[in-house]
Amino acid sequence: MYVAVKGGETAILNSYRLLAQQRRGDETVPELSVRQIRQQMKLAVDRVMTEGSVYDPDLAALAIKQASGDLVEAIFLLRAYRATLPRLGETCALSTSDMVLSRRISATFKDLPGGQVLGPTYDYTQRLLDFTLMAEQQATPGTLESLAITSGKPPVVPRVMDLLNQEGLIEIQITPQDDPAPKDLTREPLRFPADRATRLQNLARGDEGFLLAMAYSTQRGYSHSHPFVGEIRLGEVAVELMPEELDFTISIGDIELTECEMVNQFAGSKTEPPQFTRGYGLAFGHCERKAMAMSLVDRSLRAPELGEAIEAPAQEQEFVLSHSDSLEASGFVQHLKLPHYVDFQSELELVRRMRAQAALVATGCKKDLA
Amino acid sequence: MSSASPINVIKASQPEVQVQTAPDVNFAYLDERTKRMIRRAILKAVAIPGYQVPFGSREMPLPYGWGTGGIQVTASVIGPEDKLKVIDQGSDDTVNAVNIRRFFQRTTGVQVTTLTREASIIQTRHRIPETPLQEGQMIVYQVPVPEPMQRLEPRETETRTLHALAEYGLMHVKLYEDIARCGHIATTYDYPVMVNGRYLMAPSPIPKFDNPKMHMSPALQIFGAGREKRIYAVPPFTSVESLGFDDHPFEVQKWNTVCALCGSASSFLDEIITDDQGSRMHVCSDSDFCQERQADQTSAGVKHDAL
Repeated sequence: MYVAVKGGETAILNSYRLLAQQRRGDETVPELSVRQIRQQMKLAVDRVMTEGSVYDPDLAALAIKQASGDLVEAIFLLRAYRATLPRLGETCALSTSDMVLSRRISATFKDLPGGQVLGPTYDYTQRLLDFTLMAEQQATPGTLESLAITSGKPPVVPRVMDLLNQEGLIEIQITPQDDPAPKDLTREPLRFPADRATRLQNLARGDEGFLLAMAYSTQRGYSHSHPFVGEIRLGEVAVELMPEELDFTISIGDIELTECEMVNQFAGSKTEPPQFTRGYGLAFGHCERKAMAMSLVDRSLRAPELGEAIEAPAQEQEFVLSHSDSLEASGFVQHLKLPHYVDFQSELELVRRMRAQAALVATGCKKDLA
Repeated sequence: MSSASPINVIKASQPEVQVQTAPDVNFAYLDERTKRMIRRAILKAVAIPGYQVPFGSREMPLPYGWGTGGIQVTASVIGPEDKLKVIDQGSDDTVNAVNIRRFFQRTTGVQVTTLTREASIIQTRHRIPETPLQEGQMIVYQVPVPEPMQRLEPRETETRTLHALAEYGLMHVKLYEDIARCGHIATTYDYPVMVNGRYLMAPSPIPKFDNPKMHMSPALQIFGAGREKRIYAVPPFTSVESLGFDDHPFEVQKWNTVCALCGSASSFLDEIITDDQGSRMHVCSDSDFCQERQADQTSAGVKHDAL
């Protein structure tokens, strides 16, 4: 009886111990180190950093270890840690054109300046369980002599969007001169209608599974936007800061990013000729599924601005943005585990009363439980 | 433990586990700038009774939906001299109440109490204590859904307009439909109230039994919704009217039994199933109220038969 009216504290402390035991598992098996997680579970670490909104692979790996591999729980741990961190300054806008690429693909052009670089991807693996991994034999990545990265400054690879722009085929989004610093959703509440910068911020922190399902729905007739992957790039970008007392920027380190630019059809309007429009996705580390889903949802949420009819859930910003956050969703769904004796008692009393009435009067009465 | 009757469980009191304060976090966990932001929201909420003030809700170390709004409000108003009481479903000892109380013990080191009249701040989920609140006390409600019309109109842009225009026909129609279909209003908790004759407000999922306690209460009532990022308030001595119709006035739940432990006929009773034959007993949901009454009866020599 977990509500033992006294003794809840002891129960909680005991549950901590049981949890620690469960996390550790069989003690004859060596313990997993945070370094191992960081090195060998990179994609989990990247997802936790992205949705946890903290670029710190060590802390993300620690969170994954502490959460026994439950990534949503790990994201929660990282977010709670982040909430109390001071804000030291704002970085300059990242220049993804200057990215040191480890992967870059375009689905719109067979070849293009900079070329297609497949890089590390599960895309063309044939999904057969690899039992050599189970036998814990040394998995040798093999040599990549032909891909030895040349020394010196890597070439700047232009983005596909910039190439399309030369012909004026794609919408241009110029940053206004007086563009205000974007609002920080972790400091201010989300208000509707939300501008695009705020929406993208919400989507970047949004749950990958939720965004994936919303994006998928747009491909199945719930608001179709004729998407093409203009470009996906993965690589390292310098983070720069301009301290107030200096008039030049200082690089404070490199971060790995996945960027997705989706190209979508737009039929045009009275004022604008037909052209392509854009959806944008950005994630820390290697989170391609997330970045692609984000770009599709970003595009579908632009429906009002482009004069498109709002017919599907993925176009409704209140629907999408209010339900994208895994912490909010997980917390509220799981709060149903908390005691509800009082509310349930009230409902019991009501249902009994209504059943008594129904027995009395032949005409039934249905209560709308919704 | 399955053979233990609930009464034994209720009476089995265990020594309080000592909680160590955490020296490495700020007093009441939140940083001072965040507290100031929340205090500003509270001041605005008090100035406009029943109006939902958006605030920059933080990610707390407890999950959204488990009291993060109430925790942030309490953390912003609590001082070293305060005495805190935390209840969930009326009881000080349900696991979530214990957990939140422990959080504040660890982060503030303030005194805690289970006695309603001794507490300067009472954080609650789903109940208002039976013991009437007094001037100078503050009650902080944990709110899951601050918007009373959300289940009728989920879009915030719409409900905001309805509040601005004080256009609450939607809610009246809902209650009317209850009457048309069931013969009475079929809302039993989170029963909508009109505050200060202006704003429609969700009282949080307290049973409607507790609604009258909000009206002209001498205590300051603050409502925190962390996940939905809203704070609202009812200042002391403010009118809080539960919606109703002339021919179907608001009424509260009644029981045709009394508390099996203290004999109270005026408190909200929880039903407890005592065996697998479906035997039931009713006991006060407010455990502090019930225990105090039992103690009074014992000292007065009154022996009340538990069953």
